[in-house]
Amino acid sequence: MSDEILKPRDQAEVEDAVRWALAGGTALEVIGRGSKRAIGRAAQWNATLDLAGLAGVTLCEPAELVLSAKTGTPLAEIETLVAANGQELAFEPMDYGPLLGIAAAAGTIGGALAANLSGPRRIKAGAARDHFLGVSAVSGRGETFKSGGRVVKNVTGYDLCKLLAGSWGTLAVMTEVTIKTLPRAECEETVFALNLDDATAVKAMAAATGSFADVSAAAHVPAAVAARIPQIAAAGGAVTAFRLEGVAPSIAHRKGVLEKLLAPFGALDSLREAPSRDLWRAIRDVTPFAAGGPAGERYVWRLATAPSRGADVGRSLAERAHAEVLYDWAGGLIWAALPPTGDAGASLVRSIVAAVVGHATLIRAPAAVRAAVEVFQPEAAALAALTRRVRESFDPRGVLNAGRMWAGV
Amino acid sequence: MPVVMPQSDDAVLARRAEIVAALARIVPGEGVIASEQAMRPYESDGLTAYRQLPMVVVLPETTEQVAAILAYCHREGVKVVPRGAGTSLSGGALPLGDGVLLGMAKFNRIRAIDFANRVAVVEPGVTNLAVSQAVEHAGFYYAPDPSSQIACTIGGNVAENSGGVHCLKYGMTTNNVLGCELVLMNGEIVRLGGSHLDAAGYDLLGVVTGSEGLLGVVTEVTVRILKKPECARAALVGFATSEDGGECVARIIGAGIIPGGMEMMDRPAIHAAEEFAHAGYPLDVEALLIVELDGSRAEVDHLLDRVQEIARECRAVTCRVSNSEEERLAFWAGRKAAFPAVGRISPDYYCMDGTIPRAKLPLVLRRIQELSAKYALRVANVFHAGDGNLHPLILYDANKPGELERAEEFGADILRLCVEVGGVLTGEHGVGVEKRDLMPAMFSEADLNQQQRLKCAFDEQGLLNPGKVFPTLHRCAELGRMHVHAGRVAFPDLPRF
Repeated sequence: MSDEILKPRDQAEVEDAVRWALAGGTALEVIGRGSKRAIGRAAQWNATLDLAGLAGVTLCEPAELVLSAKTGTPLAEIETLVAANGQELAFEPMDYGPLLGIAAAAGTIGGALAANLSGPRRIKAGAARDHFLGVSAVSGRGETFKSGGRVVKNVTGYDLCKLLAGSWGTLAVMTEVTIKTLPRAECEETVFALNLDDATAVKAMAAATGSFADVSAAAHVPAAVAARIPQIAAAGGAVTAFRLEGVAPSIAHRKGVLEKLLAPFGALDSLREAPSRDLWRAIRDVTPFAAGGPAGERYVWRLATAPSRGADVGRSLAERAHAEVLYDWAGGLIWAALPPTGDAGASLVRSIVAAVVGHATLIRAPAAVRAAVEVFQPEAAALAALTRRVRESFDPRGVLNAGRMWAGV
Repeated sequence: MPVVMPQSDDAVLARRAEIVAALARIVPGEGVIASEQAMRPYESDGLTAYRQLPMVVVLPETTEQVAAILAYCHREGVKVVPRGAGTSLSGGALPLGDGVLLGMAKFNRIRAIDFANRVAVVEPGVTNLAVSQAVEHAGFYYAPDPSSQIACTIGGNVAENSGGVHCLKYGMTTNNVLGCELVLMNGEIVRLGGSHLDAAGYDLLGVVTGSEGLLGVVTEVTVRILKKPECARAALVGFATSEDGGECVARIIGAGIIPGGMEMMDRPAIHAAEEFAHAGYPLDVEALLIVELDGSRAEVDHLLDRVQEIARECRAVTCRVSNSEEERLAFWAGRKAAFPAVGRISPDYYCMDGTIPRAKLPLVLRRIQELSAKYALRVANVFHAGDGNLHPLILYDANKPGELERAEEFGADILRLCVEVGGVLTGEHGVGVEKRDLMPAMFSEADLNQQQRLKCAFDEQGLLNPGKVFPTLHRCAELGRMHVHAGRVAFPDLPRF
């Protein structure tokens, strides 16, 4: 939180704002609509650069599968526009609203990219980074630069879009972006197996993702957590869910493949269309751990690992850190809700991740906790030094979101 | 238009014997090549118009050796050019006369195949095709398939962010790599990503991919492997005009269909390909489209019906669908042989690689015809229609004085045209030395300066593959200078609250 708020209306004013910050040695907090403000290290900033005034879709060409927008444009507005053309953002950006206890669908397209959002379809369609084609941005030097373009196939110069995706506003202030849009599947259906333990569920998910069933999502929800998702609560136990998307004849065929493959794992059930979509939205947004819900007081971590190690990590988290867990990405993404403790279980979580390959990010905890422990995965010395040099190559004086990812970065 | 490479450093050249000896201490045995004759095969890559013998070639076998070589060169101020199989079409691996050529061919092992996590961990010298072959027995494959896939290596694919004909549906290299081990120019070894998804911090893997060997040397790559689709079928559709073909492409995508591959050829390319491969292509059409659908049998059959319907609506004059694997491969035989086929009808050809918004295809083809008349050189076009990646092949004869230069100027005009209509200079071949001096057609000085500042974060002395990608080299100190004018920051118009 900070004293002064700057609200630029165009790119030139963003340049002005950054130069003003440079001249005065002012640390800026860069926000879209502030929906993910509570994520990251709690650092001190002197002023806020609010990009909500940079709004509007500037190019929408469904036949070319592209859309450009100013970064303060609400994501919901873009998703509505794209849906009207029978398309979608295939990276299925999650909404942190429920977890963080703020209004749903409050974010911007800039924020979605800066946080490299994705969803259950990550395993098939990629994350925001994979759909980010071009950018115009103002560096921490107060200079406008662009990278990429409006075509998918482009290797002209370094792919700075990748670097800006997931940089949490610490490298540059993105002002306009171009993203890929893709046709939305005509139909969807979810097949789910019941009462599998975590390790068996991970095996079932590996079998499904390596099969002709071509699932677009695979998640495992342990019993206590499943009880909080209306679409599967009635199952009365753990649910391992697989999503099929596509044209109707294809889904019918692949459902057969999936049922045959899952038969040895026990009883199966299914959900179609709206209830299926609602289920995946709940998994995407981790609503079982929503603020205000039964796990609302807990601190929430997001861990990524090799899918085959997912169940080991989940078990360690449950046994050693008393966590409730939810597995997405066939076991490769674990949401863990830990009892609220002083360090948010950081040392335990870090030691559990260290035993496998992967990373952990503290998503929900009070600011005091996020100021005291590392929020993002600490990096080895050589990598940390490289990270710092990369940051300085964009923002040498540390005026943009300094300290949001790591101390000084 | 000769490309000017960084000036040779006489002080380094004077120390050649000492440098060769130092490298031989790091890589004992046959790992250092210093005789002119033995270095000859390394003097160019796939862009054979440019040739330069390196100062010395070194072929390390371990990450530690790579790190030691780079640390030595960093300390001694010696330039380094990394090389995979040398199939680059943009001169990315063109050696420097005062530089070490770092050949990664001996990194040729597949370290792990992990079906449970659907990844393979490979050394950078493994060929693209070898990855697919290693996992084929279990019904898996590696999706990016550049046409050089028999020879090109994964390390080179990472450097160039290689594509192929299946990019629209399955992405390029950057969408199919999960991790790497990277040696920095100062000899430090970092690991980026792994068998999990998404980077923990900055997506450095994402920016290293496609960096054309300027940011670091990759010594191990974790790639994603996919289950092979159950079935693939193709349609071969001929059109009387390229406009009709272009409309068909747009309407297929507009109908929500993302084909596994969608390729178009113009009349000269069709004729050359047919003469060479006898694929059964119609010869009386202006545009020929191959649309391949993959997935479950039910899905493919269903969508192929729709594609045929759309083709009819777009006034297709011929339309055949493959009813067997042999027939599908026959449809592709001509397209896959298009480059050598064009090579047969002309002593030399120059392969361009721009990307355009799909809808601009008819306009761009028309303008290319005008340029063809202007430069008095024939041109054949093959086009990854799904993703807008255009490969005009300019036919010329290097033995005729001035033709190569004319072909290069023609090519540069085509690439400027691609940028003018909203496209880019290169879709998959890279900038290298070939398109380096065209970069200002697409990027401002500020754009290029920011890219070079990133380069400085990885290699502050500019020793790794200099002379590629950037038309003007700046010193890092110069790029890093800040101009803050405290007296001129009133900005009265900026709303504040």
